[in-house]
Amino acid sequence: MNTKQNKAVNFLLNNMVPIMFVIICAILLPLSGFSPGYLLNEIITRMGRNTFLVLCLLFPIMSGMGLNFGMTLGAMAAEIAIIFVADWQIWGIPGIVLAMIMSIPISILLGWFCGTVMNMAMGREMITGYIMNFFMGGGIYLLVVLYMMGPVIPIIHSSIKLPRGYGIRNTVSLLNMRQALDDLLAVRIGGVKIPVLTFLLIGLLCLFIVWFRRTKLGQDMRAVGQDMNVARDAGIKVERTRVISIIMSTVFAGFGMVIYLQNMGNLPTYTAHSQIGMFCIAALLVGGASVDRASIGNAFLGVTLFHLMFIAAPAAGTAIIGDSMIGEYFRVFASYGVITLALIMYEMKKHRNKSQMGQMLAQAQREEGGAS
Amino acid sequence: MEKQGTPLLQMQNIKKDFFGNQVLTDINFTLGAGEVLGLCGENGAGKSTLMKILFGMDVIRETGGYSGDILLNGEKAVFNTPFDALAAGIGMVHQEFSLIPGFTAAENIVLNREPVKKTLLSEVFGERLNTLNYKTIAETSAKAIQKMGVQIDADMRISDMPVGHKQFTEIARELSKDQLKLLILDEPTAVLTEKEAAALLDSIRNMAAQGIAVIFITHRLQEILSVCDKVVVMRDGYVVRDVPAKETSVSDITKWMVGRNVESSAAPSEKAAAAESGGKTILSIRNLWVDMPGETVRNVSLDVREGEILGIGGLAGQGKLGIPNGVMGLYDAGGHVEFNGKEIPLNSPKVCLNASLAFVSEDRRGVGLLLDESLEWNIAFPAMQVQNKFLKHFGPITLRDEKAIHAVTQKYIDELMIKCTSSQQKARELSGGNQQKVCLAKAFALEPKFLFVSEPTRGIDVGAKSLVLDALKKFNRERGVTVVMISSELEELRQTCDRIAIVSGGKIAGILPASESSEEFGMLMVSQVK
Repeated sequence: MNTKQNKAVNFLLNNMVPIMFVIICAILLPLSGFSPGYLLNEIITRMGRNTFLVLCLLFPIMSGMGLNFGMTLGAMAAEIAIIFVADWQIWGIPGIVLAMIMSIPISILLGWFCGTVMNMAMGREMITGYIMNFFMGGGIYLLVVLYMMGPVIPIIHSSIKLPRGYGIRNTVSLLNMRQALDDLLAVRIGGVKIPVLTFLLIGLLCLFIVWFRRTKLGQDMRAVGQDMNVARDAGIKVERTRVISIIMSTVFAGFGMVIYLQNMGNLPTYTAHSQIGMFCIAALLVGGASVDRASIGNAFLGVTLFHLMFIAAPAAGTAIIGDSMIGEYFRVFASYGVITLALIMYEMKKHRNKSQMGQMLAQAQREEGGAS
Repeated sequence: MEKQGTPLLQMQNIKKDFFGNQVLTDINFTLGAGEVLGLCGENGAGKSTLMKILFGMDVIRETGGYSGDILLNGEKAVFNTPFDALAAGIGMVHQEFSLIPGFTAAENIVLNREPVKKTLLSEVFGERLNTLNYKTIAETSAKAIQKMGVQIDADMRISDMPVGHKQFTEIARELSKDQLKLLILDEPTAVLTEKEAAALLDSIRNMAAQGIAVIFITHRLQEILSVCDKVVVMRDGYVVRDVPAKETSVSDITKWMVGRNVESSAAPSEKAAAAESGGKTILSIRNLWVDMPGETVRNVSLDVREGEILGIGGLAGQGKLGIPNGVMGLYDAGGHVEFNGKEIPLNSPKVCLNASLAFVSEDRRGVGLLLDESLEWNIAFPAMQVQNKFLKHFGPITLRDEKAIHAVTQKYIDELMIKCTSSQQKARELSGGNQQKVCLAKAFALEPKFLFVSEPTRGIDVGAKSLVLDALKKFNRERGVTVVMISSELEELRQTCDRIAIVSGGKIAGILPASESSEEFGMLMVSQVK
């Protein structure tokens, strides 16, 4: 087979998911009938809201721990921090900064716990993270927020407490810090609002990631990610490195969640974190990342494509069959679907590499036979 | 600096046993700075164990340590971990590569010893946030590559490299360590092409000239003669010869390596002659390749005659295990296999079993046995699955015939003298030798026409060994079953088989009758098949 053709086939195979989503968006966008201005506005808002969260997934991928479903722990840490900040009525930028700072110790604790458990379940990090998210979200988080806040942990304002006197209400209003970060240095260009400060923060994280790859710790993480045993033989502390990578991911997920919540303007206390992990992972995968390889570019492309589909699908659904629920269906289906697809493709690739070994042997043998 | 006249390394009375099984006895040798020592011996002679002791590997400490002394520059050295050994200036290049596939050669050479630059964040969060100094990394690796004397591309990724360059990267990594005084090379040329191997030999001479002592383990004896100052030959855990390389020859070394009581192990076999004259070919393998990690088979063609016992021997990692595993469909394989005139499709174990081929795997705990089930289950299970034996039918319902299962198990327990409390005992609770017998019984219960037995005596004691071999012979002679037996132990093959094929580099190096002298087999084992 000629190599050019081979290359094209490989390119298609490796970028199957993003290409598929470009096609889906290309079909849905005209059907939805939205104006370019509206779309641009929406996309920029959603990028500001989500990209930070998606980027925090890169650290565990670097250290070979796959897609960090446990990033929800960071989101929970941020939610607890934001409940406190809201209760103390510290609003605006100071509130946001305080919430970020307060989320750090909680994130570190949860991340350390999560990383330690993942070390016990080496090779099954993803499912461990997923279950951890149920255990923490459905167990510990509920216990703290629904029962302990009030009687054990002092909550001053009854406006965020449930009428029964303890536990937090289903929704905590963050109206006073709503988009404080986004609006601070916002620039409007032709009716499109660009939240410059939020994008600056995202840019800073990107720079940090690029810089981090060049540090000793970053190099160690990459080594551990590619071959744990070799790294261990070289004297790298494998377990510790892995725990650090999960802690970093959790802490940044906490920051990301604060950014997300200030943009939304309210905290759905018991559901905010429940799907955030899945949507972020789906977005990253849509951008062309895989279980063992992801870049900053994947994160940006993924957020754009995934959310374009989100915006366009309900309207397109209405236009086609007169039911906007089809859009909601699309959203959930696409998220689960793309994660499943990525996992299948990861396995297939491993399999393909294996059978290539065999083909190489057969090939060498044929050449030998031809020569002799 | 080293004291005048004290050799760099002295091994004194090194002894090691694995749970009572003596593998090293009174090992003594010395090595001076800048000397090259060739270490050779058959598989299981104790070379690797000796090197593991010298390198402070965990497995030695976990199995009860060793006795005797290692002296470095005249001082007693105790290595609890490989890192102690590294710090003392001992470097080792293992047979398996220890490289990060996605890193460049330079990054691998400085792995976990990367030169770094201080940064602001590292002051706060600790030194792991120092950034790498890519310039110094390049310099260090370039220096190491130059020291080695073989050109490799420092910026090439390991995964893109030919296998020989990976080997050189490993060597360069050891050379980049400033404290390096002694380098152990464990079969470095096994994966190299002839040209690369020649370059490596040059590089070894080069290192020796710079005062680095080298222990060179190889099965290519010619290389030892061309590069080493002295040769140490090991056999059954003893050093049998320690001579200057100049005073010896390939045939001498071969004789010392394999030459245990050459006379006594007379070739067997009233049937050898009959096999010689050539019976009908029952299994014919053509152009077989098998992708079994560490045991790759390349372009093997082999005919097995009906009723014979064919041995397949060869050194570890040369591909002898790949042949049965490939034919039986346990690993990815290609080529043609014909059994009794019918083509057997590869990669499907079920068809092989249906065609009354059976296989006793070398991996008896993984593939061979259902460890947590009773002996009855273990012995009857394949026959039940494949041949619907030991089953009772009541209309549409099929039940196990417990009585028949019990009877057949009891029969084999008696026949093979399996030591167990009852036929209900769990396989896990038996000793290694008895587990092996259960594996055989399992294969016998299938009543195959053709039997592959892979490493039947690995890890079992002498008594059990002869029982297992006798059982195989009996099975072959009395029921006329053709047996192909794969083993690393040549003597065992010579006692049991009619003909022995030797595998080297994934190919058949030659087939000889078992009565041929050990030296002849030894030569085949270390030969290079083109």
